[in-house]
Amino acid sequence: MSKQGITLYLHVHQPFRVRQYSVFDTAVNHDYFDEQNWDTDRNNKKVFLKVADKSYRPMNALLEKLLAEHSEFKLSLSITGTFLEQAELWAPDVIESFQRLVATGRVEIVAETYYHSLAFFFSVTEFERQVEAHKQKIRELFGVETNVFRNTELAYNDDLAKWADVYGFKGILAEGWDPILEWRSPNYVYRPAGTTNIALLMKNYKMSDDLAFRFSNRDWSEWPLTADKYSEWANTSIYEQSIINLFMDYETFGEHQWADTGIFDFFETFVGDWLRSDQHTFYTVSGAIDAFEPQGEISMPNTVTWADSERDLTAWLGNNMQNELVRYIYSLEDDIIRTEDLSLIADWRKLQTSDHLYYVCTKWFTDGDVHAYFSPYESPYDAFLFVMNAVRDLRFRLHAYHRTGGLNG
Amino acid sequence: MLGWELPPHNSGGLGVACYQMSKALALQGADIDFVVPYRAKHPNINFMKIHSATPLSPLERYGLGTYDSKAVLHKLMTEADAKDLTDMRGVQKRYVQFVEQMVANKTPDAIHAHDWLTMEAGMRAKELSGAPLIVHVHATEFDRSGSELGNPLVHEIEYEGLMMADRIIAVSEITKNIIIQKYGIPESKIEVIYNAIDASEFNDGYVYDGRTYKYLEALKQEGYTIISTVTRFTIQKGLQHFIKAAARASEKYDKLAFLLAGDGEQRDELIALAAEYGISDKVFFTGFVRGKQWRDAYSVSDVFVMSSVSEPFGLTALEAAHHDNALIISRQSGVGEVLHSIFRYDFWDIDRLSDQIVGIAASKTLESALKENIKYEYARLSWTDVAHQCMRIYGLMKSGVAA
Repeated sequence: MSKQGITLYLHVHQPFRVRQYSVFDTAVNHDYFDEQNWDTDRNNKKVFLKVADKSYRPMNALLEKLLAEHSEFKLSLSITGTFLEQAELWAPDVIESFQRLVATGRVEIVAETYYHSLAFFFSVTEFERQVEAHKQKIRELFGVETNVFRNTELAYNDDLAKWADVYGFKGILAEGWDPILEWRSPNYVYRPAGTTNIALLMKNYKMSDDLAFRFSNRDWSEWPLTADKYSEWANTSIYEQSIINLFMDYETFGEHQWADTGIFDFFETFVGDWLRSDQHTFYTVSGAIDAFEPQGEISMPNTVTWADSERDLTAWLGNNMQNELVRYIYSLEDDIIRTEDLSLIADWRKLQTSDHLYYVCTKWFTDGDVHAYFSPYESPYDAFLFVMNAVRDLRFRLHAYHRTGGLNG
Repeated sequence: MLGWELPPHNSGGLGVACYQMSKALALQGADIDFVVPYRAKHPNINFMKIHSATPLSPLERYGLGTYDSKAVLHKLMTEADAKDLTDMRGVQKRYVQFVEQMVANKTPDAIHAHDWLTMEAGMRAKELSGAPLIVHVHATEFDRSGSELGNPLVHEIEYEGLMMADRIIAVSEITKNIIIQKYGIPESKIEVIYNAIDASEFNDGYVYDGRTYKYLEALKQEGYTIISTVTRFTIQKGLQHFIKAAARASEKYDKLAFLLAGDGEQRDELIALAAEYGISDKVFFTGFVRGKQWRDAYSVSDVFVMSSVSEPFGLTALEAAHHDNALIISRQSGVGEVLHSIFRYDFWDIDRLSDQIVGIAASKTLESALKENIKYEYARLSWTDVAHQCMRIYGLMKSGVAA
């Protein structure tokens, strides 16, 4: 009988944000991602260095310490290609600290699209290219193979699971959303409907969001959350079950929840408390799949994500502007690929990063709930115009190759 | 002369009209004291004396929302606080007090007030000095609001100003009719004097180099036709209809691109509308343009559309004609009354506008005929003539000339 365990999985990502790229830049400058002004959060280097100090450096130091102190402590990370490129440019020490974590053999890297894109829903061939590009980048930097897949924003449906099964992944991650689970618990390993070999791990969103979203919220009735209290909840949650899947953004530690909220101390204490019982352990995502047989089959015909109370894609594909952008971007695929121009292809792929679509989301904007809306732009309309102009510039650059076909409207 | 703005501190056509008119009047011997509600340098104006009614910068004055009557309050002049220069009504009160001082020191031969912004000051000046009041209507609240509604206080000020005026100048028949029908003013009191364009203003060594809108130039190389408008994005300008017509025209003819130069409260709505119709990649939003970007917007364009729901005159159409555009002008725009080699349509008639756009884009012959012929027409409109007519009106009011 395997020990009860926590499957901690942290998602590490930074997009290449588009600068205030105007009509007047279009067809003139191709530096969509190079904001010069240091005083704005559109400046990718500035944001990266800030988050490196607040989150990546202190959290990796803590993880390294916990791995050294507790032989049972394990975790999994998904690290996007766009993050790794930025780290290589501006903070190589951050890459090295991730390499040290992986070298312990107790930190698993999870597969995903290199560009943090929603390509699966628009072009499976492009999607697979990005999955391969990510696998390659992970091999180069960490010398490991990835075996478990997570899609951008945890956007999941049965078709994706079937794809991952056929592609050879042993596991896949999804949201443990109540309308899907119904009476079942997310604290087991499952088998996706219509698959033969692959296992499904579902996020325990209540326990995860207690840290990711609620930890420092003083209006929350459970504030302040202590390690004691959280251990008690974990024990209750996992009673006679297998695993607790704590899936969240890595930046929860230090960026979404600042150091002064006590998040680091909390986490260190909790890991120690949890491992005090010899019935308890931590699993990597592969480790959890190896330790437990699937408890049943789960079907999600419709796409479920880990975002918002709706758990759907409306934050990225919920309005006409967002749908226009993906239509224009993916319609360029064949023409872009056949140029074999690596910088043009890379720019096109950087524009596929889901964050750009998120910045064009209007559903909170119209509610006036701008606090729920994290964006470096003044409005979703501004964000839309800048990306739209960048797409036009891609068309202009394409035209230099093909003379025809690429330059529309 | 009581005005609200002069170049280069103008946000629209009113400032340009005041400048050109004053310059032509000065050439004909008028001695002009021009009052503005802000303090700034006007480097190109030495033909009249400019008086600043408040210490505000032009930028602070823009912030009052002059042309957005929804933002304009409800305070009567007696309720306004002349010390509060963050409030439109406070600034107007200060303006009135300044003009009161002015006429106390020197009685003018005539008071020439432009639009509702300065009408209260004009009425007060007439009351104190006994000089005749000429109210010059560039736009009424019906035009600005684009509807029957609008701000009731502004309507009331306009009504009083028009009643008190000894003579009213309207910039088009459309405006004259609004003054008669909506404000009940007798026709005999109103004269139409069309605005003009001083094409020599444009002869400043400007050469179009095709570099500002490089992407649009690339499209033109591909055979695209560029349809533009240069305007404030407000209800008055009817731009939703323009976007809808753009979508319909794009269904029929592929090689069209639409340049919307300007900014305003309707921008986000227009962006969303273009996305709704699936033509986001064909519609170009520049933001507010000045200087070279502004002139190049005309130069890159082939067809200029004035889609206004209610446009007393519409100087931008003449500017576009000067920069070699074919013109499509709504019947609700006054400038259309003095031009013939243009297409006209009712602002709501999306089918007709899209037909006209496609018609021009599909026929080079038609396009060049429209561009050529309009050049003869706009060149005939001169500010010298405008000034002549103003001088005649001043003369009718009183012997001696000043403004």
